[in-house]
Amino acid sequence: MATAEQTNDTTQAESAAEPLVHILWMNGGLGCDGDSVALTAATQPSIEEIALGALPGLPKIAVHWPLIDFECGPEQGADNFIEWWHKADRGELDPFVLVVEGSIPNEAIKEEGYWCGFGNNPATGQPMTTSEWLDRLAPKATAILAAGTCATYGGIHAMAGNPTGAMGVPDYLGWEWRSKAGLPIVCVPGCPTHPDNLSETILYLLYQVAGQAPMIPLDEALRPTWLFGATVHEGCDRGGYYEQGEFATEYGSPKCLVKLGCWGPVVKCNVPKRGWINGVGGCPNVGGICIACTMPGFPDKFMPFMDEPPGARVSATASTLYGTVIRTLRGFTAKTADEEPKWRQKGNDLLTGYQKTW
Amino acid sequence: MTTAAEDTGIVEMNWDPITRIVGSLGIYTKIDFKQKKVVECYSTSSIFRGYSIFMKGKDPRDAHFITSRICGICGDNHATCSVYNQNMAYGVRPPHLAEWIINLGEAAEYMFDHNIFQENLVGVDFCAKMVGETNPGVLELANRTEAPHAGDHGYKYIGDIMRSLNPLEGEFYREALQVSRSTREMFCLMEGRHVHPSTLYPGGVGTTPTVQLFTDYLTRLMRYVEFMKRVVPMHDDLFDFFYEAMPGYEEVGRRRADMVCWGSLNDPEHCDFRYDHMSDWGRKMFVSPGVIRDGQLITNDLVDINLGIRILLGSSYYEDWEDQEMFVSRDPLGNPVDRRHPWNQHTIPRPAKRDFDSKYSWVMSPRWFDGTNYLAADTGGGPIARLWATAQGGLVDFGYVKSTGHSVLINLPRTISRPEVTFEWKIPVDKAGLPLSNAIERDRARTYFQAYAAAAALHFMEKALAEVRAGHTKTWEPFDVPDEANSCGFTEAVRGVLSHHMVIRDGKIANYHPYPPTPWNASVRDSYGTPGPYEDAVQNTPIFEENQPDNFKGIDIMRAVRSFDPCLPCGVHMSLGNGKLLEKIHTPMAAILAT
Repeated sequence: MATAEQTNDTTQAESAAEPLVHILWMNGGLGCDGDSVALTAATQPSIEEIALGALPGLPKIAVHWPLIDFECGPEQGADNFIEWWHKADRGELDPFVLVVEGSIPNEAIKEEGYWCGFGNNPATGQPMTTSEWLDRLAPKATAILAAGTCATYGGIHAMAGNPTGAMGVPDYLGWEWRSKAGLPIVCVPGCPTHPDNLSETILYLLYQVAGQAPMIPLDEALRPTWLFGATVHEGCDRGGYYEQGEFATEYGSPKCLVKLGCWGPVVKCNVPKRGWINGVGGCPNVGGICIACTMPGFPDKFMPFMDEPPGARVSATASTLYGTVIRTLRGFTAKTADEEPKWRQKGNDLLTGYQKTW
Repeated sequence: MTTAAEDTGIVEMNWDPITRIVGSLGIYTKIDFKQKKVVECYSTSSIFRGYSIFMKGKDPRDAHFITSRICGICGDNHATCSVYNQNMAYGVRPPHLAEWIINLGEAAEYMFDHNIFQENLVGVDFCAKMVGETNPGVLELANRTEAPHAGDHGYKYIGDIMRSLNPLEGEFYREALQVSRSTREMFCLMEGRHVHPSTLYPGGVGTTPTVQLFTDYLTRLMRYVEFMKRVVPMHDDLFDFFYEAMPGYEEVGRRRADMVCWGSLNDPEHCDFRYDHMSDWGRKMFVSPGVIRDGQLITNDLVDINLGIRILLGSSYYEDWEDQEMFVSRDPLGNPVDRRHPWNQHTIPRPAKRDFDSKYSWVMSPRWFDGTNYLAADTGGGPIARLWATAQGGLVDFGYVKSTGHSVLINLPRTISRPEVTFEWKIPVDKAGLPLSNAIERDRARTYFQAYAAAAALHFMEKALAEVRAGHTKTWEPFDVPDEANSCGFTEAVRGVLSHHMVIRDGKIANYHPYPPTPWNASVRDSYGTPGPYEDAVQNTPIFEENQPDNFKGIDIMRAVRSFDPCLPCGVHMSLGNGKLLEKIHTPMAAILAT
């Protein structure tokens, strides 16, 4: 968005007493831009409030975000957007937060060509692949934020049978990766990410970079704990039906959707409690089965989505065993749902089951 | 290159990635700065994901959840199209109320998406900051040109409109961003989540249809109607000014009026999702389908439209499928189905080094075969094709919207501070009276279609509430997945035509090929050498920008490209390829053209 003079006059801003924090938003992974679009829906805080410094204590920031950036000049003329990435690569932007959207394809499984890129490599005239950008920028970034389930864990484009060997940023950089400032990769999953979950995490990171907040608390899947600590079921206003053993058998019913394919009892997500936008909408709370889109095992471990999850049948026939059922599902979760399928990894082999045609 | 520029005035200019669109798009041009025009253009894109590949063997009921993820701004259009497609495959007809709920959700998507794209992405190309940097004289003129409809929208001078569009600082820019949120609330009331819906299913919806649900939607809708009464005249003033300030601006982004629209917003009283009735229920859609050739409607029959779709490869990183299995040789009516039709397509990627003498792109090229020619038709970003097909079709008449045969009337009721208003969108023509498909008219149509969508939603609201008040609150119909089926779904994604084609074998997906608008618009030169619409439109574009090459922004080219509302994730789900022309910096254009 290249707000105002900040981006036009980096040198001046950097020489001022207050540091300028750059946000480089790379939507060049295998994604759909749904997380960029989601961020425009955020209101707590909104992107304009972050960009214009409408919250106390925020550092000055310059956002380089393809979706709504003012800058859009040619490589050979004025206002070339991609130049900010090259500056970061040359070490001329510091500090910066790298936001990654989309999963990272495995460029090593083929002899030539490319699955995805973002701008060009000036040295070769070839597209700069998303993974090459990660290799170049990760050591220089103060923090890396993976936005959406594709970037965090691979997501839809990493499902069984995919041809690109897609994976999440932690799969690519390593789950133990730390930035030069000591931050782990910060993951905000969701397909797409909940608008406010994303804007709030950006806000937290900016406060942390500005030295005003301690290390962001993350769980074992690198998710902010205050956003992903509870299950869908714990926040769902249809939980009362579950407790009473009243289960919907047809879509459109206001009762609990567990028998129709809802994975709410085992999925870590705050959407039913928070609503989708300004408290409106959501998933099981408004009649949509939870397909576990925030989970590392998404989508493979939850398909076919419209079938009952394991254990749901027990709950339907013997709802008094409620607690037992939850524990059964939880056990399942711990083993599989919170883990990615094994094929999402680096290497020279394509392990997704797709027979290569090249 | 510099030498070449001194000799001929022709300079290469590349934009990659282009901002303020969805996804990654590169535009590679040669510009003649002496003649002030673009002489060559190639469009590129940069991701391959392989949906058609990884959907094989999956449960057909997962199709709408998966295909929604093709696009992050119109994913719900994919989910909707997939649900239509599945309804045909499973032979299920949802309760009427479910269809009204989907229509209300999709109408809200149009209201949201066109609004944010027009005001927060495209609008920046017309804002005071941008115009001041590219055409200072035009901004000065705008500052002293009174806006003809100032009384309707409140901006006295055209320059005031431009300032209100300045990113973040502009008052209208920020208002539009807020409107993009309230319209997404409307969407979420009906479809649960934006942009990948939670409550859509084959057979209907899971949305709980209470009176409260519709009241919550209606109150937001009426605020939007009030908003549009300001926005339509405001954009008319702004766009008309560009023609006046820069004579000849009609030619920016202009190409022959070859456009396609697959129709959208089904009427549940007619649509039973049966293929053999598709010609009939297609003509009952609240936005009419149609193929426009050189400004004239040549068919609005969805069966004809379906059978005319062809997928050409051109010079792409795929193996052809000529020797592969034909899935569907005849449609359910007995008509022959071409091997290059999506039902019979096989996606066989073969990543390779770019070689301009053979394969240099991931892009496929959808075309519409009219019996003689493979039309490189565009969607015009959606609205212009929809309004054109609807206007000439003469089929739509539901009070709030009426097609006249040459225009579309949009009637908006009284709102809190404004009386009822009728807007008329007329088929655009140039000064010689010829059909006009260009950047400005694509953008203007977008604003009018926002009003159209709001007007249609008012109708759907009445219908839905009538169902609820009559006690018809069922929203879902059970179904069984057959072992074998061939099916299709048609709708309009926000930025244009959307089709989904599915083949089910042994109860699993054997073939699934979605064709969204962007492959049509962003396609490259096909196997017959015909350029894609972006390329074609930009190649004809004169340069009005006053900057010289060293501080050139390319604003006229960007206006031409953005008028198509590029949405590259949609384009690339099966393939739009990457920077096929990156090497062209070092390669004579003639060599590329020869391929």
